[in-house]
Amino acid sequence: MASTRTETRPVNYPTAAGGTVASTVPVGAVYAEGSPLDWGASLVEGAVVLDETVAPNAPWSAVVRTGHVLTIVDVGGNQSADCLLYDADDPEERYSVPDTLAWQGNAYVRTGTVLRSSEGRPLMTVVANEVDRQDTIGGACGKESNTLRYGHHVMFQHGCRENFLAEAGRRGLGVRDIVSNLNWFMNVPVEADGALGIVDGMSAPGRRVAVRAETDVLVMVSNCPQMNNPCNDFNPTPLRMIVVEPAPVAGDSRSAHAARTAKEGA
Amino acid sequence: MTTAESSTAVPQHGRYPTRQAPARARDLHLTDSVRSARDDARAQGGQAGAWMPYLPASDSPYCPPGVDAAALVWAETVAPGGYTHKVLARGTRLRFDDPSGDACAHLLLFNALEPVERLNVADTQKVPWQAYPSQDHPLLSGDGRVLAVVSGDSSGRHDAFCGTTTDAWNERKYGDARPEGPSPSGRGLFLKAAAKHGLSRRDLPPSLSFFQGVRVEPDGTLAWQGSAGAGTHVELVAEMPLLVLVANVAHPLDPRPGYVVGPLRVHAWRGAPTGPGEPRFTATPELHRAYLNTIDYCEARGL
Repeated sequence: MASTRTETRPVNYPTAAGGTVASTVPVGAVYAEGSPLDWGASLVEGAVVLDETVAPNAPWSAVVRTGHVLTIVDVGGNQSADCLLYDADDPEERYSVPDTLAWQGNAYVRTGTVLRSSEGRPLMTVVANEVDRQDTIGGACGKESNTLRYGHHVMFQHGCRENFLAEAGRRGLGVRDIVSNLNWFMNVPVEADGALGIVDGMSAPGRRVAVRAETDVLVMVSNCPQMNNPCNDFNPTPLRMIVVEPAPVAGDSRSAHAARTAKEGA
Repeated sequence: MTTAESSTAVPQHGRYPTRQAPARARDLHLTDSVRSARDDARAQGGQAGAWMPYLPASDSPYCPPGVDAAALVWAETVAPGGYTHKVLARGTRLRFDDPSGDACAHLLLFNALEPVERLNVADTQKVPWQAYPSQDHPLLSGDGRVLAVVSGDSSGRHDAFCGTTTDAWNERKYGDARPEGPSPSGRGLFLKAAAKHGLSRRDLPPSLSFFQGVRVEPDGTLAWQGSAGAGTHVELVAEMPLLVLVANVAHPLDPRPGYVVGPLRVHAWRGAPTGPGEPRFTATPELHRAYLNTIDYCEARGL
C-alpha cells in the first residue's frame, strides 16, 4: 500500500522515454512487479483499426467510428477504467449517467446497456461483457473529492479528474465538459438502505468489455490512479484498448460500412 | 429540411387548440388606441394567479411556518411544467413545498461566483456512502465542497439516479417535449434557465429531484416509489453563493400515462451557513472535511 513520503531523498523512477530519473516527486505507485497480466484480445472478430496500451495512472482518448467495436481489456484485473463519451461531431452532447440508467430502468451496466447522451440518444451499446455488472454510479476520483474521502494528506495524489482535464484539454474540451462517468471493471453495489460504495472488484486479469459505437464517439479514459480504495485493487495496472471494424456478415445491412454510409447520407 | 417541415414552424391555421375561443378573449379588451391599450394593460395588474412569484417576497401568502416573513428573499409558486432560477447568498435557507403531492423539483446548483463548480451527483452519492438524499445529506460539487445541505425533509422520497427528462424521452413517452407545450422536458427548461445566466448545455450536469422517490432493487432495477403525499417539504442551507436552477416537471419514471405534475412552492430567507458549533458540521468525517474545504474557499474570497 502506498504511503505518504516524508523524506526528500531522490528515488529512481522509470521515464516515458525509457530511461530512469532520480526525483523527489511523490508520484503514484505503478503495478507491483510480477503481477499476473493477461493482455487478452478483441471480443469481436474484425479488422483491427487501433490497438493501444494505457499505462497505469494515465489518460487516453480516441475516436471510435460508427459501427466499430472497442474492447477494453482489464489486463491486471480489477483496474477501473474511468470513461467518458462524447459525440465526436458535437462534443457538447456527451455521456449521461441518469439518461443511461432511467432509459433502461436499472442502476447497473451490463450487456445490452445503451450508453446514452445528455440528449437521451445512443452513443454506444455494450455488446459483450465478462464482468457480472459494470459501474456508472461511482463517478471519478479527484484531488478535491479525495480530501473528503480520505483526508487532506492525500491532496497531492493524482486522480481521474486530473486525467480527464488533461485529456479533455488535448481535445479542445475543458472542465465544463467533465460529467459523471462510467467505471469499467469497478464494483459499486447499492444496498437495500441506500448504502453505496466502492468494494472489492469482480473482475480478473484478462476480463473484457466491448462497446459498439452508434455514432462517431470520442472515448476518453482515465486508467484510475486511486491509491486509497479497491477500485484498482491498490495496484494500478495497464489497460489494453482494441478497436475493430467488425467483419461484415452476409446479408447484414447493419455492417459498419453500411451504418456509416447511412449516416453520411442523412 | 424545409421551413414547413421544421419542428419550430408555425402551425397552420386551424391547428391551434380551440378550447379557449380567440373571439371571446378579443371581446374582453378595448385596445384600438395607445391610450386604450395602455389602460387595458394597466387594468390587468394586481391579480393573483395560482402560480406566480410574490414580490416583495415578504408578501408571500405561503410564508413557511416559523419563518419571519421580513427575512424572505424569494417566494414563488412554480407552475406545473414551469421553471425558476435565483442567485442566493451563502447562508440562505431554501425551502421547497409540494402542496399537492405531485410536484417534482428537479434541481441544479452552481457556485454563483465560478459556475464551472457545480453539483456532482456521483460525489453526492459516493462521498456520504448513501444513494438516497435525506436529512443532513450534503449536495457536493466536484471540487470537494458543500454547495448546500439538506436541513429539513418531511418527504423522504427523492431521486439522484434518474436525472431529469430529455426531449427524446418526452417525445417518446408523451409525443411532445416542447418547452411551450403540454409535456416539457426538464432539460429543455434547465437550458432556458441556464441561458439566462449565460450558461449553455455544456453547463448542465446530471441533476437530482425531490418529492418523487426511486429505489434500487437488488438486481439494480430502478423501482418507482413516487410521492409521500401532499404537504411535504424539503429545506436546504446554501453553504456557498449559489446559482439555483429548478425545473418542476414529471419524473422520468412516473408511471402515469399522462403528464401529471403539481405546483411547486419555493421560499428562501436570510440565514447563516452551517458553522463549526453545529452537530452537522462534524456529523461524519467526510462532511467535516467538506465543510473545512468550503470555509477555506469562502474565507479566502472574503465571503
